[in-house]
Amino acid sequence: MRQVLSRRDFIKISSTAGAGLMIGITLPYKDRLVAAGVVEQTFEPNVWVSIHPDNTITIMAAKSEMGQHIRTSLPMIVAEELEADWSQVKVAQADAHPDKYGSQGTGGSGSIRRSFTRLRKAGATAREMLVQAGADKWDVSKAECIAEKGKILHVSSGKTFTFGELAEAASKLPAPEDPLLKNPRDFKLIGNSMPGLDTPSRVNGTAQFGMDIQVPNMVYAAVLRCPTFGGKIKSFKSQKTKKVNGIIDTFEIDDGIAIVGKNTWAVIKGQRALDVNWDHGDFANWNSKQIRDMMEKKGAGKAIVAREDGTVVNVKNDQIISAQYEVPFTHHATMEPMNCVVHVKKNTCEIWAPTQVPQRIQTTAAKYLGMDVKNITVHVTLLGGGFGRRLWADFVTDALQVSKRTKKPVKLVWTREDDIAHDFFRPTSIHKLQGSLSKKTVNLWKHRVVAPSISGQMAPERFKNGRLDRSAVNGASNLPYAIPNVLVDYVMTNTEVPVGWWRSVYNSQNAFANEGFIDELAEAAGKDSFQFRLDLLKDSPRHMGVLKLAAEKAGWGKKLGKDNGMGIAVHESFGSWAAMVAEVTVGEKGTLKIDKITSAIDCGLVINPDGVKAQMESAIVYGLTSTLKGEITIEKGAVVQSNFHDFELLRIDEMPKVNVYIVKSAEPPGGAGEPGLPPVAPAVANAVFAATGKRIRRLPIKPEDLI
Amino acid sequence: MPKFTLYVNGKTHRLNVVADMPLLWVLRDELGYTGTKYGCGRGLCGACTIHVDGEATRACMTAVENLDGAEITTIESLSLDNSHPLQKAWIAEEAPQCGYCQSGQIMTAAALLKRNPNPDDADIDSAMKMNLCRCGTYGRVRKAIHRATEDNG
Ligand code: FES
Ligand code: FES
Repeated sequence: MRQVLSRRDFIKISSTAGAGLMIGITLPYKDRLVAAGVVEQTFEPNVWVSIHPDNTITIMAAKSEMGQHIRTSLPMIVAEELEADWSQVKVAQADAHPDKYGSQGTGGSGSIRRSFTRLRKAGATAREMLVQAGADKWDVSKAECIAEKGKILHVSSGKTFTFGELAEAASKLPAPEDPLLKNPRDFKLIGNSMPGLDTPSRVNGTAQFGMDIQVPNMVYAAVLRCPTFGGKIKSFKSQKTKKVNGIIDTFEIDDGIAIVGKNTWAVIKGQRALDVNWDHGDFANWNSKQIRDMMEKKGAGKAIVAREDGTVVNVKNDQIISAQYEVPFTHHATMEPMNCVVHVKKNTCEIWAPTQVPQRIQTTAAKYLGMDVKNITVHVTLLGGGFGRRLWADFVTDALQVSKRTKKPVKLVWTREDDIAHDFFRPTSIHKLQGSLSKKTVNLWKHRVVAPSISGQMAPERFKNGRLDRSAVNGASNLPYAIPNVLVDYVMTNTEVPVGWWRSVYNSQNAFANEGFIDELAEAAGKDSFQFRLDLLKDSPRHMGVLKLAAEKAGWGKKLGKDNGMGIAVHESFGSWAAMVAEVTVGEKGTLKIDKITSAIDCGLVINPDGVKAQMESAIVYGLTSTLKGEITIEKGAVVQSNFHDFELLRIDEMPKVNVYIVKSAEPPGGAGEPGLPPVAPAVANAVFAATGKRIRRLPIKPEDLI
Repeated sequence: MPKFTLYVNGKTHRLNVVADMPLLWVLRDELGYTGTKYGCGRGLCGACTIHVDGEATRACMTAVENLDGAEITTIESLSLDNSHPLQKAWIAEEAPQCGYCQSGQIMTAAALLKRNPNPDDADIDSAMKMNLCRCGTYGRVRKAIHRATEDNG
């Protein structure tokens, strides 16, 4: 049942979109201050917008800013419907709240997709109330007034009020239950590249990341964890650590030994000086080769079917093509290592965290401390990269324990070495593919995905009865090509190596396999790989759209030098479609240079085009790192790599020319942060094949794969 | 504990810290200049780049004992109002993504432009290649440096 609520009702209602829009959040305490003349009345029609008497507008961002300019594009949506003047707009970061803002989790390229309608409504609600307030003041009908550039205009007389001038009056009106949304044709902000609201702070050192938080009386902490997965502490000697200047204490916590000191340098030195006798556990006998052997063996056994179309047996007269693709574990490598500041007080707790999941941090802390969530404050700082790593709360549980014990605010810092050794890695995977051609058309496609399962590691009991982990076949089971007989299945091969969501999750591995193998089928059929794909994508217009756009812009089919090659790939993920053409040069000695990536994306209606472009550029670089480098290997049950000398990232001198083209679309917004990644590796691999005739079926590409 | 005198961004600081403390932690923990970032602590990423007597230097690899009396410049001194040509260019190109590496990128670029006011792509690549950016802003960093030189001249 719908009802109109006054702003004093204090009741959370769901908007018609079911998105948890809150009406009437103004606090009685604040009302008293207003009445007493202590503060001026701010107009807060809902949790997202506050309009102040000084005519500034604060828009809440309840998603984490990690470089995707979400703190610019979310306010754009509200400001669009509100008819605000962009120069009035400021953004504020929401603290964690169990339900005020809906989910504050930032991941799955979902921030725009999942906020679009509710933020439009929030802006429109405020606009309608301001228009009403203006009309009331002029004593005219609402229909005679419009909102425009931060003002309410009485059209026939030309009289105006600023939003600020109407803030108080508007705050006394009931919120409309179903505000009118603008026709997208009339959008003024949406679809334009707006300067990033956080950009100025990012060029003068004032941007505040988790690492930069300093609170009075704060101590610093590092944690030494067992390098071997599943290992434990037997005993440790801290004499040498305690001698380090600035060390306050060392003690055992759940995940290792905490070293507490007066500054970061002290705890880093103290960590290095600790003398620990580890029980390395059973996994200490494992290495990458054994993991691979285990996966091969299990991969030949029983699999769980994810998709089955047609019949997969009747192909005996066909030409059969088989191949195996392999992808290693890899690491997130956010430039800002894991960290947070935690202050456990008597009955409350305050946390500053660069996190993608403020609410998970809040519930984790509440559970750990035995406190009510309302006593846990979580401030979300800027994130120095996220990429899925900061969907975990592990670095906060460390700090909770240290702060509880020391009774002080604690800044917990992971060194780069800690960050690499104790990531939740992108799962390694093996892909067994088989296809058949009958009269040069594809008759059969079989794809077996063999990989550790992220969900299966988190909640093994859920998968006991042979349940499918759908996520692991993302990008494999939704193969878009029109092939009559398709079988996609999955074999779960979990190990002690922690696995997690890494930019585009399983799409990164599955797209490499799909798009490499479809190229192999094109070759077997003797067809051009672009045309071959198009022929199989007749019923998938958005795949075709990006594929054609990328091919056309790249000049597909143009004449190339003898060391050069061009490769193409297309993939849909997170509600968007992306295609890429890579151009490479392969030298005689196995040197590989990526010359150019031409990319196209269809992510539906675009809010901030330059933001989408930047995300594509970013996904391409991130994807190139995992195509050319960025392998995590295991020796004696632990990660081999330790810092950027052996976990290398792409550098500026390896940066290809990158062009991004965005498909014009009025479809609902799709994701932008991840969809650009999956096509990168296969486009490059296919380009290498075009240049050398060598198929790349394993990442990262190594010089020996090229000669 | 030994005493050191540091000149940071034109201010004199007297410090009571251990001799081997890297400048990075002196700046961040002791003096509150948090614009200079920790990325690797081993001279491998460039996030901590500052200037010592005008030279781009890795603050994580430079112990305070070697800096007694040196002139240190951090991102905070380029200009807080973003009026420096590099800052203007960075903003115009929307170069930063998460921003974490950008202090280091800008400080390395500032040292490059001092040496070579008109770098071409190859000069930029060779000066900037030790500055890692996981967000992949390299294309825009290149463009921003070119733009800053145009702004200069
Ligand atoms: S932190 Fe100094 S180079 Fe990485
Ligand atoms: S902008 Fe994020 S690491 Fe460079």
